[in-house]
Amino acid sequence: MSTVTDTAPELSAFRAETRAWLEANCPPEMRQPMTSEDDTCWGGRNFTFQSEAQRTWLNRMAERGWTVPTWPREYGGGGLSSLEAKVLQQEMRALNCRVPLASFGIWMLGPALLKFGNEAQKLEHLPKIARGEIRWCQGYSEPNAGSDLASLATRAEDKGDHFIVNGQKIWTSYANHADWIFCLVRTDASNKHNGISFVLFDMASPGVSTKPILLISGKSPFCETFFDNVRVDKRNLVGTLNRGWDVAKYLLQHEREMIGSIGDREAAKPMGQQAAETIGLDEQGRLADPLLRAQISEFEADEAAFRLTMERAGDLHRARQAHPAMSSMLKYYGAELNKRRWELMMAIYGLDALEWESDRSKHGDKARTWLRTKANSIEGGTSEVQLNIISKRILELPGA
Amino acid sequence: MPLILTEEQAMLRDSARDFLAGQAPVAQLRALRDRNDADGFSRALWAQFAEMGFTGALVPEALGGLGLGHVEAGVVMEQIGHQLTAAPLLASAIVAVTALRQGGSDAQQAAWLPRIAKAEAIATLAIDEGPKHRPQQLSTTARTDGAGWVLDGTKTLVLDGHVADLLIVAARLTDGQTGLFLVDPKAPGIQVERTVMVDAHNAARITLQGVRLAAEARLAKDNAAALEAALNAGRCAAAAELLGLADEVFDRTVAYIKERKQFGKIIGEFQALQHRASTLYCDLELTRAAVIKAQQALDADVAKAAAAVAIAKSRAGRTATTAVQEGVQMHGGMGMTDAFEIGFFMKRARVLQELWGDANFQLDALAKRRGY
Repeated sequence: MSTVTDTAPELSAFRAETRAWLEANCPPEMRQPMTSEDDTCWGGRNFTFQSEAQRTWLNRMAERGWTVPTWPREYGGGGLSSLEAKVLQQEMRALNCRVPLASFGIWMLGPALLKFGNEAQKLEHLPKIARGEIRWCQGYSEPNAGSDLASLATRAEDKGDHFIVNGQKIWTSYANHADWIFCLVRTDASNKHNGISFVLFDMASPGVSTKPILLISGKSPFCETFFDNVRVDKRNLVGTLNRGWDVAKYLLQHEREMIGSIGDREAAKPMGQQAAETIGLDEQGRLADPLLRAQISEFEADEAAFRLTMERAGDLHRARQAHPAMSSMLKYYGAELNKRRWELMMAIYGLDALEWESDRSKHGDKARTWLRTKANSIEGGTSEVQLNIISKRILELPGA
Repeated sequence: MPLILTEEQAMLRDSARDFLAGQAPVAQLRALRDRNDADGFSRALWAQFAEMGFTGALVPEALGGLGLGHVEAGVVMEQIGHQLTAAPLLASAIVAVTALRQGGSDAQQAAWLPRIAKAEAIATLAIDEGPKHRPQQLSTTARTDGAGWVLDGTKTLVLDGHVADLLIVAARLTDGQTGLFLVDPKAPGIQVERTVMVDAHNAARITLQGVRLAAEARLAKDNAAALEAALNAGRCAAAAELLGLADEVFDRTVAYIKERKQFGKIIGEFQALQHRASTLYCDLELTRAAVIKAQQALDADVAKAAAAVAIAKSRAGRTATTAVQEGVQMHGGMGMTDAFEIGFFMKRARVLQELWGDANFQLDALAKRRGY
């Protein structure tokens, strides 16, 4: 918001510079609200830019290190403090700048590499993530390892200087578009949690194949991914052998914050306004569907409170007062809120939201999004798993 | 502004917590109730409130207060919620002070604010008239009479009404505008009936019959704006008390399910209870963020805080209602006994939920504000 005031003078100078730079460098097309998921820039070897503006915007932001503002400069980041990064985010919002790069490398792998990776791994992978050159996918879940992820069975056999990996992953988001994978593999069958390792490899390696899964939304954002004698060089082991679960858990916290933050995504138009335009108002100026009006108003209050909670979580983090399991709270609430949002959206648009293929309905955009949100409380740890984590780690309830 | 307390605010919270837990725990409310205390609060404690600076938090320094803001007042209210302390702080030092500061002339402020800050006077707003909070539909009237005014009407749930030294009465003027009047409760034509309430806190029904007031009894500045500001300050403070109350019940309930055994197990091991407790934890966190935002919004610009306050009060009302219901349920039969304190929290939550607009009222206001 343009009304934000900074107490520290150096921060307000940074804000002014940032705004000036964004105004000069963010192409006008990149300051329009996204109209569909296709407007997202994912980067990677095979990515086709939607427009020249999209490419320019990514390159300019990457050059400044602002695709990953808080990462150190030597790894392609902007070297910003967390307060400066907050300012950058606020200014981007104020000017409606699109996020230049969406990336599992940024949200998930990067933070884990910064904490657990060795210097060579950081130098090899982080700058390519920051510039959007390599698109990553996540090899976690397996057909028999969902909520009980640590029971995973994909094997990595020790062959001296390399591993040979065999097995199957499932729900691998965009595996068919990804260049590299970060993957949990079993390196010790005798120890459940302490027999897992965290490895990286190229999806173009011989023996890797993917098969998209058709979802209820009619789309295929997830794949089955198969490994048949895939060779993985040992320099691509992240952290200690058999201690990959520590990396996995750390990374999941970041993933949860990311999924939770979808509840924070502000629609182009507030829901109440969309409802007013679609359903109409009565003589008193109230939505002509009193029960739906009450539900929308309650949703909007909760949505606002959730956005404030996300903001407060950042403030607590900066003040070193955040509980490490807070991400489970954000993941749980954000996912449930987004599901509520789309149940209400379907009610607001009613019969018009039921078309599946017409241009009029943007190929069933609303119905497909509504269905897609049902995965929010499953992916990245189900809502039930998040509540278990809150019970155990925050409330310290016995046996949880 | 970060949505967390500053170091000074955290210190205030700690000293308020220690003071209230030591001097005014739930047991004190029970004792006041059980002996049908004539005042309904402890005068000795009230004097200590002044020494601690609680009563002067929102009063400017020039008028004998501390000149602090709604975050600080809210920090104290939240701690009051933990202990259910019965005291006229909400009515006098927050709502009445805000009405006087926003609507009062220099003379009106100078006459009352120093006395309120020193806890020498108790002031309270008389607004509600029927079963629901409807500040736009007042039936109490104020008509001019020569140079002065005449007030007629009946007010209900006037907080601390029977111990108040000053009533700030909201009434409808002949032209339909809202007026705020400074009224001496001992003036001819006024009847004050103390109403014993479910939560054992003070309230009164006040009847005004042909009450004659001087011209200068009316607040000097924009009365509608002053009323709106006072109500929003009250709603925000009530939200803070609800949050503290809900936190307290939650902590007590989680502690209880960690020790109570049935079927040879600690009942907190049962997932049915764990998930309900964890859901409630999330609700408390959301409400906490909403409440501090509303306090900051009031401090930034009291005239532009209505939406933030509506969100906070609606969230706090709903969260506390869930917290006390889960609290009683998870305490089982013990939760139903008067000997156990959990019921006091349930009763207080019901009153605060209703006070100056329940969650439905706030959500309706929010929808109207947003054009639907």
